Amino acid sequence: MEILVCVKRVPDTAENEFVMNSAGNDIERDDLVYSVNEWDNYAVEEALQIVEKVGGSVTVVTADDSAADEILRREMAMGAENGLLLNDDAFVGSDCKGIATILKGAVERGKYDLILTGAQADEGAGAVGGMLAALLDLPYASLVNKLELGDGKLTIGREIEGGKREINEIFLPCVLSIQTGINEPRYVGVRGIRKVASVEIPELGAADLGIDVSSVGAPGAAVKKVDYFVPVKGEGAEMLAGSAEEIADKLIEILKTNGGLS
Amino acid sequence: MAQVFVYLTHSNGVLDDAAMELANAAKAISSSPATAIVAGSGVDAVAASAAAIFGNVIKVDNAALGYPNAEVVRKALVNIIPKGSVVLFAHSTFSMDCAPGLSIKLGGSFVADIVGIDGVDGSCLKVIRQELGGEVSTHVNVDISAGSVIAVRPGTFAPDETRSANGVVTDRSADIGDLSVKRKFIEVQTPEAGEVDITKADILISIGRGIEDQDNIQLAMDLKEAIGKGAEVSCSRPIVDAKWLDASRQVGTSGCTVKPKVYMACGISGSFQHVGGIKGGYIVAINKNPNAPIFQVANVGIVANIVEFLPVLTEKIQAL
Repeated sequence: MEILVCVKRVPDTAENEFVMNSAGNDIERDDLVYSVNEWDNYAVEEALQIVEKVGGSVTVVTADDSAADEILRREMAMGAENGLLLNDDAFVGSDCKGIATILKGAVERGKYDLILTGAQADEGAGAVGGMLAALLDLPYASLVNKLELGDGKLTIGREIEGGKREINEIFLPCVLSIQTGINEPRYVGVRGIRKVASVEIPELGAADLGIDVSSVGAPGAAVKKVDYFVPVKGEGAEMLAGSAEEIADKLIEILKTNGGLS
Repeated sequence: MAQVFVYLTHSNGVLDDAAMELANAAKAISSSPATAIVAGSGVDAVAASAAAIFGNVIKVDNAALGYPNAEVVRKALVNIIPKGSVVLFAHSTFSMDCAPGLSIKLGGSFVADIVGIDGVDGSCLKVIRQELGGEVSTHVNVDISAGSVIAVRPGTFAPDETRSANGVVTDRSADIGDLSVKRKFIEVQTPEAGEVDITKADILISIGRGIEDQDNIQLAMDLKEAIGKGAEVSCSRPIVDAKWLDASRQVGTSGCTVKPKVYMACGISGSFQHVGGIKGGYIVAINKNPNAPIFQVANVGIVANIVEFLPVLTEKIQAL
């Protein structure tokens, strides 16, 4: 099975505290730690497990500038055979539809049986997979947390509200967005990264992908971010101050008053 | 101004509460009355409920819509909603399945999980979203000149409780066209009972990523033992994903809904999916990141590393 996994380089929420820049219109990005979007690791792992069962290969793709080279290599160190960087000045400022349009170009240059994305990324939209499927006229399922191979089709479980799982059959080729917890992504060590350090990653632009530049980038974006802000902490918590011992004493009083601690 | 449609979800013959919130969301976008859409199999009662909230209701009744398979629903909606319309959904696992593709098929823009509407300026809809797990917010301009599909986070708008619309229900079941799709719904599986029932606890010690290491789970277990009766350990999603705790301990929209007397969020950043599972009680948040969104919803906040703080608290309680 030939599988394409769409990945994204994102600011790592576990490694950063986000503060506003001096202009107050964006988060301070100079010293941010970036990593691969957490959901994407699960998607790549799922793809690798499928290929280990039935053969084929996994290609990881991202639409970004050359800084994303490192996350493609990380996913290749997990075992993805090929990387693909979709990079063009015309892509800058794309909204979700723009990214889906760029990815469509990459899908159509190959012959993939299955296309995976993470269920969401840093912007929390969870939109690109569904848009890509619609642009390609392929069936789609989101939030997949269980996958079984069938003959020309898959049986998949979708995570829905209340911890329930919606089971579906879906025909190949299809697009799925993968939810965390579907598997345990394999560990990538320094040695693994080193092994793929010199592998060539093809870079494709708008012309290579046959993309009309007016449909992508800032000119093609119908959804535009104006600025960033940190929500007002108006109704926030009463913050307890003091030493750990003093705070613990205050907390014990709270547990006695509100929680019935005796 | 574009016509506004509101897609309403329902289960077991009952309209979801989000309908009343979406009624107010529609009013924030357009002064013209919105049209609600109710799709399903045998949905007369649901359509009647919708007509108490919306002046116009489109009913789509078809056996193929008995379960809301997003692929089927999308196909039906494309045949009913005119291009150029604004379509509202409640942000949910269903909207994530259905709405992005619908926006492509209708040719308009799409914006997911909005948490506010700042107004409309010509064909520019100004909305607010959150990014990076709720740590930062953004103002977003959405071009709705070619229509738009918009998913609104539950709780963003107050419910429209007036319920006096006396709306007209129009049956459009004949207009939905061919509903054959390449995805077939099989069943919904409910989780088996897990190792604990966290919904019964008075005090929940709930741990998140801040616990850092599997071995540190014991720190929460020790605190639970020290408090004794009524205390239990719960967690946020990453802890279950890492297989450090059983799924029955997960609080959130994809886990359990809880209402303890005291909810101690320890090292939990506070994504809306997590907070959505806390339905009441006094919330204590302990997090080393002073900007963690959990402090927005907590009653009391403590900036501390839980790996260091929990043992101090446990020791003090043991000494009581």
